[in-house]
Amino acid sequence: MSLGGHTRNAEKATLGSKLLDVNWGLVLLLASVAAIGFAMLYSAANGSVSPWASRQMIRFGVGLVAMLVIALVDIRVWLRQAYAIYAVALVLLIAVEVMGVTGMGARRWVDLGAFQLQPSEVMKIALVLALARYFHGIGHEEIGRPLLLIPPLVMVAAPVFLVLRQPDLGTALLIAAVAAVLFFQAGVRWWKFALVALATVIVVPFAWRFGLHDYQRDRVLTFLVPESDPLGAGYHILQSKIALGSGGVFGRGFMQGTQSHLSFLPEQQTDFIFTMLAEELGLLGCLVLVGLYLAILAYGFAISLRARNQFGRLVAIGVTTTFILYVFINIAMVTGLIPVVGVPLPLVSYGGTAMVTLLVGFGLLIGVFVHRDVPIPRRPDQLGA
Amino acid sequence: MAERRDGERQKTFTRRAALLGLGQLSLFGALAGRMYYLQVVEADEYRMLAEENRINIRLLPPPRGRILDRFGRELARNRPNFRVLLDPDEAEDLPLTLDRVSGLLSLDQATLARIEREMDRRRRFVPVTLVENLSWKDFAKINVNLPALPGVRTDVGELRHYPQGERMAHVVGYVAAVSEAELTGDPLLTLPDFRIGKNGTEKIFDLALRGKAGNSRVEVNAFGREIRELRRQEGEPGRDVVLTVDDALQRRLHGRLAAESAAAVVLDAHTGEVLAMTSTPSFDPGAFNRGLSTKAWNALRGNPRHPLINKTIAGQYPPGSVFKMVVALAALESGLITDGQSFFCNGKLKLGNHTFHCWRHRYGGHGHIAMREAIAQSCDVYFYEVAKRIGIDRIAEMARRFGLGEALGVELTGEKRGHVPSKAWKLATRGKPWLQGETLITGIGQGYMLVTPLQIAAMTARLATGNRIVPRLLREVVGEGEGSAGEAPSLGLSAAHLAIVREGMDLVVNGSRGTARKASLAGDVRMAGKTGTAQVRRISKAERLRGGKQAEGTPWELRDHGLFVAYAPAEAPRYALSLIIEHGGSGAKAALVAKELMEEVLRRDPLRRRAIGRLAARGVPEREKGGGSG
Repeated sequence: MSLGGHTRNAEKATLGSKLLDVNWGLVLLLASVAAIGFAMLYSAANGSVSPWASRQMIRFGVGLVAMLVIALVDIRVWLRQAYAIYAVALVLLIAVEVMGVTGMGARRWVDLGAFQLQPSEVMKIALVLALARYFHGIGHEEIGRPLLLIPPLVMVAAPVFLVLRQPDLGTALLIAAVAAVLFFQAGVRWWKFALVALATVIVVPFAWRFGLHDYQRDRVLTFLVPESDPLGAGYHILQSKIALGSGGVFGRGFMQGTQSHLSFLPEQQTDFIFTMLAEELGLLGCLVLVGLYLAILAYGFAISLRARNQFGRLVAIGVTTTFILYVFINIAMVTGLIPVVGVPLPLVSYGGTAMVTLLVGFGLLIGVFVHRDVPIPRRPDQLGA
Repeated sequence: MAERRDGERQKTFTRRAALLGLGQLSLFGALAGRMYYLQVVEADEYRMLAEENRINIRLLPPPRGRILDRFGRELARNRPNFRVLLDPDEAEDLPLTLDRVSGLLSLDQATLARIEREMDRRRRFVPVTLVENLSWKDFAKINVNLPALPGVRTDVGELRHYPQGERMAHVVGYVAAVSEAELTGDPLLTLPDFRIGKNGTEKIFDLALRGKAGNSRVEVNAFGREIRELRRQEGEPGRDVVLTVDDALQRRLHGRLAAESAAAVVLDAHTGEVLAMTSTPSFDPGAFNRGLSTKAWNALRGNPRHPLINKTIAGQYPPGSVFKMVVALAALESGLITDGQSFFCNGKLKLGNHTFHCWRHRYGGHGHIAMREAIAQSCDVYFYEVAKRIGIDRIAEMARRFGLGEALGVELTGEKRGHVPSKAWKLATRGKPWLQGETLITGIGQGYMLVTPLQIAAMTARLATGNRIVPRLLREVVGEGEGSAGEAPSLGLSAAHLAIVREGMDLVVNGSRGTARKASLAGDVRMAGKTGTAQVRRISKAERLRGGKQAEGTPWELRDHGLFVAYAPAEAPRYALSLIIEHGGSGAKAALVAKELMEEVLRRDPLRRRAIGRLAARGVPEREKGGGSG
């Protein structure tokens, strides 16, 4: 590609022109989804901004600023720091293993004095960056060499193993899935995926027998037949389906949900907030929200296709996929399509870490767009810094 | 070069991104399909389930109806039960709260231990009862301090109370917690605190007393806690039940018999209304409601005097000589015997190898004796002769006409039928033919005959009126109208024959040689009656030689039962009475007690109160030593 024409040289772009270049349509979409979240949190607190909606708004505001800052930072900085960020995330994960805070029977948090951090969330972004950098450096021909796949596999395996140890099956699977998508998009050959799939089929029965905790096995089992134990482990799924289904096409009306307000829904402000939305706003409300998510998905794909460097493409597709998998897993979970794995609904569920993680991710995504035409050599040592 | 290679990569990336995008879109398609399925296809189903989730129907137990005596005195009522409950989920500091409650009420160790046990056992969100039956003062103490006792609630339940205690226990019965077998589908019965009539009129009229449950539709949250009431439907309170008994009379009767193991029934001779009915010893009906300890229960069960059994309807005794009026009437009605026809009593009657004795055999018998005097002096030989002539079938038929051998259907639980033997019965159950000797002993009310005190009271009322009197306890279920008390149908007996027997009964008490001559009433009212002695075991030869009387040293449980039936006034019968004193020795002794009871009955007669008034001034008559009777 030539340097002329519409291709701008972002290296020389000013902060102001970068700001203009920010994908404001995407920002508006994100804000819309978050606004729906505020409304649902307001309803979940029986018509009060405290304790959830107000804090969520502050977090979103802070996250939004962070997102823009990240978007405006030269994308090559992220490329350069990718492995370092990955290393920090890995150290934090190990820290959880060593000295993590236990909550709900699992160690997921590490206490950093001022706040608690969930390193597995950090790792989601860090791994995308690290893999994107690695595959950015692998040429189209080299990708076929099996030996070159060993480093990224190790990069994936280490955090997946650590997260599984916490134990957090849902996040581990999510990380593995996003990694698989990056391998796929990087051009790894089809037959290698087939091989891994085959290996999985063989390994799963053993993992089921020896690798899973009782509560994880229970979750999968009650998922298969939730009605068998309506007051026990199947309670959440059943109550969620009841609330969701009773919403009908038009819903019971904002703040009128009976099941969520009468505490039949577990954690209606976090993982099960979609159920509440479905009960109160009905199928139409659900479709509007899902439509917004799809629009964000479209933006993400468009940005990744528009990027002129492999790193940007992979970061964009990685962030988008992470986001979309969150959405899918959460909604599939509350509608009883998959087991309850405890994944929040992006931008809507109450919770700080997930919100920050996602907005950081979107910061990178927008950064990819802003720096879409920045040429990046394959070898990092050829970078200016 | 790098740009070209990147182009290849971009091509691959674009191709695969298209596939990936398609894959992700299909995920969303699956979600949309799922939502459509849940929210459109299955929406109605889930809406229904949601309502079931949300709406709880709370039963509102109706207040149980009262049981009243004939003058409106309360025999059973409801007392507020002040309770203190604790919702452990709402208590901020459970030990501290418990400590404070315990301090306010000075709870003992046993109570605290019970509370701890219940805490361990209870289901989530079900409150634990800390204390029940609090005094108003203690209850107020807790209520005042509620702000300092998070999680503690007070509530006023209902507790059945029997003001009369023991003396009405057998009439009123008692309530207790519902057992598994008693569940009929009435949702009220499933309420944890609900009590159901288990005995006596509490059981017979349980449905009327119970009332109908109201309900309250309440919105509840997932923990079953009420959020608000949506609709309330008041139930129907239980109806009051008015009985025929007179508590004041019952008190006198029960008080007089409290030391004995005895049963007495007083009937209105014309209507069959049970004016008093007492069975001693008795028990405290409230204990069943509060919950009886195993020890107390075993003590009641093991008592040889059977306090739990209402002897007036469930005690079955040989009638002894009180049966002789029935035999006499059977004889007169048969036409085989006339009232003037006399038989000679030399103290015994020989039949085959057997000798049947008269109670007076030691004194050489009664000599020539006809019907009236045979009743008055209770001559056994006379009735052997009569029975031999008329046969068992006529006796049995007459016994049934007088209500013996059948349940009279009084409104109580556990009524026994007694027994009137017949030839067919003996062949069927014993496989042996009826013997003539058995006819003879049936003629004096021994052998296979069994009666309850209620039956012989009804028998006496029938003798007194000639009508088919049926005893009943119910006056009225308030709001359902009074029970029809139509004139009882005639027994179809000849008035002349009845008069002969009544004259005999008059002579028992008022004749110079009557077996209960010492029991004639003070004052101007005459009582007619009949003594009876029911053998608990065969009389030994040694005893017979001593005159048939039991030795003074005979153990209590081997002494004969003393029976007496009576009606008064003799010339215009108003009241019928039966009395049995278990192991009371003899009918003559029972007659003396019956005399006191009948005087009490007459003293309370609303019409004769003034005339008899002076009796009250006389006080309790001295107890006389009675002679034996047959």
